[in-house]
Amino acid sequence: MAKPKIATASLAGCFGCHMSVLDIDERILKLIELVDFDKSPIDDIKKFTGRCLVGLIEGGCANEENVHNLKYFRENCDILISVGDCAINGGLPAMRNNIPLKECLDEAYLNGPTVYNPSGKIPSDKEIPLCLDRVYPCHEVVKMDYHLPGCPPSADTIWEALVALLNNKPLDLPYELIKYD
Amino acid sequence: MSEKTVIIKIDGIEIKAKAGQTIMQAADEAGVYIPRLCYLKDLTPHGSCRVCTVKVNGRYQTACTEPAVDGMEVENKTQELEGLRRDIIDMLFVEGNHFCMFCEKSGNCDLQAEAYRLGICAPKFPYLFPDRDIDGTHPDIFIDRNRCILCGRCVNASRDVDGKTVFEFVGRGSEKKVAVNADAKLGDTNMALTDKAADVCPVGAIIKKRIGFAIPVGKRTYDQKPIGSEIESKS
Repeated sequence: MAKPKIATASLAGCFGCHMSVLDIDERILKLIELVDFDKSPIDDIKKFTGRCLVGLIEGGCANEENVHNLKYFRENCDILISVGDCAINGGLPAMRNNIPLKECLDEAYLNGPTVYNPSGKIPSDKEIPLCLDRVYPCHEVVKMDYHLPGCPPSADTIWEALVALLNNKPLDLPYELIKYD
Repeated sequence: MSEKTVIIKIDGIEIKAKAGQTIMQAADEAGVYIPRLCYLKDLTPHGSCRVCTVKVNGRYQTACTEPAVDGMEVENKTQELEGLRRDIIDMLFVEGNHFCMFCEKSGNCDLQAEAYRLGICAPKFPYLFPDRDIDGTHPDIFIDRNRCILCGRCVNASRDVDGKTVFEFVGRGSEKKVAVNADAKLGDTNMALTDKAADVCPVGAIIKKRIGFAIPVGKRTYDQKPIGSEIESKS
């Protein structure tokens, strides 16, 4: 019987949660025996090759590409998990949420003290994804099935969650593994 | 003459209380933890956060303000009340800007600890991301209103313990905020680092400068044991 598949994605995040996935250390060999990795920055598979059991989402939605990716994951994964604070509450990128987008872009590309931009233009190439008005947590864009809090969640948290789901058991994290920092 | 005692039941278990004690005080002494945020021993209780809401003879009451009366039947740890408490905590998170990952109070924060205790992985309500201000004008104390949950501990402590009334609430509803009794900022008040008001904030809204992140992760107040464990260990 084919092994269940896992996919991962990093939206508006720092890849810290992916580092935490790698932090499960030698248990990753055990994980490879249990599952196959599908679309993920870890193996650089760009498109889903088939239906996935679990999708791990790091980061919130800060631009249209993030939203597109998240919806793509929702369509292709049975269980979708917000991994880390950026996916759950927008995290550090969400610090821009009470500043108008124009002010953010002006500061970044025109007015910032270290900015050198003789053209005086804000980048607007069609290759650059459009920024959203604010950073959205994943569950405000699509339905998320579980949340693993933390910045990043510890490797143990991710491991416990995966083992529970792969064994068809309820995801009931112990006190020590629920942390927001 | 010995103090009169009354007997109340909390979740079916009889506990003795001294006449005049609140349900919260009696429960604390008996080793029963009732979750709370605005309540702090030694400050006047005012039942504003509603986290300590219990059912007394079938009616909702705040345990920190309700006197213990002989024969009272109190419900505390029920699915319904835990659900209501979870909703309050969820709302407090989405109504402010609580970025725990860089907050100096993280690990020692009562709001976070109550959320951990209730097993909250993510709030169920949409985030509001309100626009709140900060005040760093005082040489020793910093106010970050993004984290304020309007518990009123600083207001009470400054008024009742410090005798200064440095803090007060202004505004109503979503506009309500903690203000200072100066024309401009905290730096213009007579607040001192040694004031009780500088120590009572349950979240990271009023913090002392230059001592942040002093305790390593893993050794902070709520890293290993849930809030209330010290009370429950008495039973």
